[in-house]
Amino acid sequence: MTAPALVRRDVAGRKAGPVAPRHGWRQDLIGWSFAAPFVILFGIFLALPILASFVLSFTSFGLRDLENPIGSTVVGVQNYVDLIADPKFWKSLGNTVYFVVVGVPLTLALGLVIANALSRGITRFRTAFRVGYYLPVITSIVAIAVVWRFLLNPDVGLINMLIQSVGINGPNWLADPTLAMPSIITMAIWRNLGFAMVVFIAGMQAIPAVLYEAASIDGAGRWQSFRYVTLPMLRPAILFMLVITTIGYLQLFEEPFVMTDGGPLDATLSVTMYMYQQGFEFFHQGYASAIAYVLFVIVAIVAFLQFKFLREET
Amino acid sequence: MTATQARSPAITISGVAAGTRRTGSWWIYLLLIVGILLMVGPFLWMLLGSLKTQGEFLVSPPTFLPNAPTTGNYERLFNELDFPRFFFNSSLVAIIVTVGNVLFCPMLGFALAKLQWRGKRLIMGLVLATLMVPAGITLIPNFVLMANLGLVNTYPGLILPFLVGPFGVFLTRQFMYGIPDELLEAARIDGANEWRIFWQVVIPLTIPVLATLGILTFLGSWNNFIYPLVMAQEPEMYTLPVALATFATGDHQSDHGMLMAGSVVLVVPVLIIFILFQRWITEGIATTGLKG
Repeated sequence: MTAPALVRRDVAGRKAGPVAPRHGWRQDLIGWSFAAPFVILFGIFLALPILASFVLSFTSFGLRDLENPIGSTVVGVQNYVDLIADPKFWKSLGNTVYFVVVGVPLTLALGLVIANALSRGITRFRTAFRVGYYLPVITSIVAIAVVWRFLLNPDVGLINMLIQSVGINGPNWLADPTLAMPSIITMAIWRNLGFAMVVFIAGMQAIPAVLYEAASIDGAGRWQSFRYVTLPMLRPAILFMLVITTIGYLQLFEEPFVMTDGGPLDATLSVTMYMYQQGFEFFHQGYASAIAYVLFVIVAIVAFLQFKFLREET
Repeated sequence: MTATQARSPAITISGVAAGTRRTGSWWIYLLLIVGILLMVGPFLWMLLGSLKTQGEFLVSPPTFLPNAPTTGNYERLFNELDFPRFFFNSSLVAIIVTVGNVLFCPMLGFALAKLQWRGKRLIMGLVLATLMVPAGITLIPNFVLMANLGLVNTYPGLILPFLVGPFGVFLTRQFMYGIPDELLEAARIDGANEWRIFWQVVIPLTIPVLATLGILTFLGSWNNFIYPLVMAQEPEMYTLPVALATFATGDHQSDHGMLMAGSVVLVVPVLIIFILFQRWITEGIATTGLKG
C-alpha cells in the first residue's frame, strides 16, 4: 500500500498475482504438484460421478448392468418422461417442499430470536447457553431420529406421557398422515436452530455498538433497535442461512428413513428417500439418477439465486 | 493488542447499556433456561432409557428415572451385536478421511491462493461449483464405480470418495489469501523452495484453520449416513449410524433400551469432542459461514 507503483497490474488494470516469477512450465509444475492429489481424487470421486450421473439418467441402468456399465441401454429422455407421470415422485417432491417451506423459516426465526436474546438480552452464561443450543447440530441425525421416534412413541414415549398427565390421550404422531411430517419438521427445527444461532451471533458481533447507542439516544426500545438496527445489518447473514438451510433441507433423508420409512401413506417420503428406494431397493438406477438430477437442478437454482442476491447485497 | 483495544470500548458501552436494562432481563433468562431444557431433554431421555430394562418400558404409567439402573443394554450391544466392530469402522474411516482432508485441501488451497500456474482458474471454478452439490447426486455413480473396482464392502470403498472435499479448499484458500506476500517473498529470497515455504511458513500460520477443518471433517464423517448405508452391505463393514439405523428399522425395532444405548455410543464421542473444542467449531462455522 505504501508503494502503489510497485503493485503489478494486468491488462485489465486488476491487481496481478503476488508471486514474482512469471508464467512458465516450472511454475505450472510447482502449482500442479500441490494440486495433483486433490485434483485426482476430486476428479474420480466427485466431478466424474456428477457427469456419470447425468449420463446414467438417460439409460435404463439396472442391477444386471452393474458388471458391464457400458452395455446398459440408452433410453433417451424416457426416465424424465416417466418421472413427470409418476405420482409418487410428485408426492415426494411435494413433501420435500412442505418440509422446506415450513421448516426453514421456523428454524431461522427461532435461531434469530435465541441469537438476539444471547447477544443483547443477557450478559451472563452466554457460552453455556450457546453450547447447549448448539449441541444437537453436531450429533448424528440417525441417533437423534432414533431418540425422537422413542420420544414420540404413543405407548412408551415421554411426550404422550406428559400429555397424559393433563388427562388427554396423545395421538400416534408418526403413524398419522397429517401429523407425521409436522413431527419431523419439529425435530429438524430442534436439531438445526443452533446452527442458525451461531451464524447470527457472529453477524451481530460485527454490528458496531455505536448504532445501538444512537438508536437508544433516539429513544428506541428493545424491539425497535432489533427491528431497525439488528435486522437490516444482519441481512447478508440471514440470506446466507436461508440458502444453506434450504439446500440442506431439500436433501431430507435420515429422518423419514429411520422414523417412518416414508410413510404413513407416503406422507413423509422425500425426494432423496424416493431416489434411494428406486436405486437401492428396486435397483432402477437409471431412473434414480434422473430423480437425483432433478434435485441437483433445484439445489443449483437455489445456490445461483444466493450468488445473485449476495452480489447485489455487497 | 490492537484488536483488544478496538474491542474494549464496545464491550463497555454495551455492558452499560445492558446494565440499565438488567432489571427487565430475568424473564429472558427464564425463557432461555426453558429452551435449554428442551434442547437437552431428549439427550437425557436417551441416557436414562439406555439404563432401563426392557420390562420397565412395558410398565404403565411409564417411568422417567430407571427403577433399577442396568448396564445390560450396553453389554448386549457389545457382546451380541458387534458394536466394537462398528465403532472401530466409524473411527478408522473418520480418522483417515480427516487426515486426507487436512493434508490435501491446504495443499491445493496454497496453490490457489499463492501460486501462479496454468489451469488454476479452472480448478478454482470446479471446486467452488461443487461446494453445494447434494450427496445424492454422486451416490449412484460412485456405487457403480466401486462395484466395478470390487471395493463395495471394503474400507477403501468407504474412505476414497471423502478423502478430499471442496469445503476444505475453500476454507484454507480464504485464510491463506490473507497471509502477506512479503512473508513468502522473504523466504524465497532466503532460498527456500515452494514446498519448504508451504511446510515451514504457511502451515504453521494455518494451524487454527486446519484444526477447525479437522474437527468438522471428523464430525461429518462420523455422522455420515447415506453413503455407508449403500456401500457397507455386510454387517462387518457397518459404521455406527448404519448399524443403529439397521437395528432401529429391523429386528430390534421395539428394543428401546438397546436402541437408546446404541444412540449413546454414537453421540457421546461427538459430545466429548464438541465440549473440548467448542470454540473452534462454533467460531469456525461462524466465520466461514459468513464469508460463504
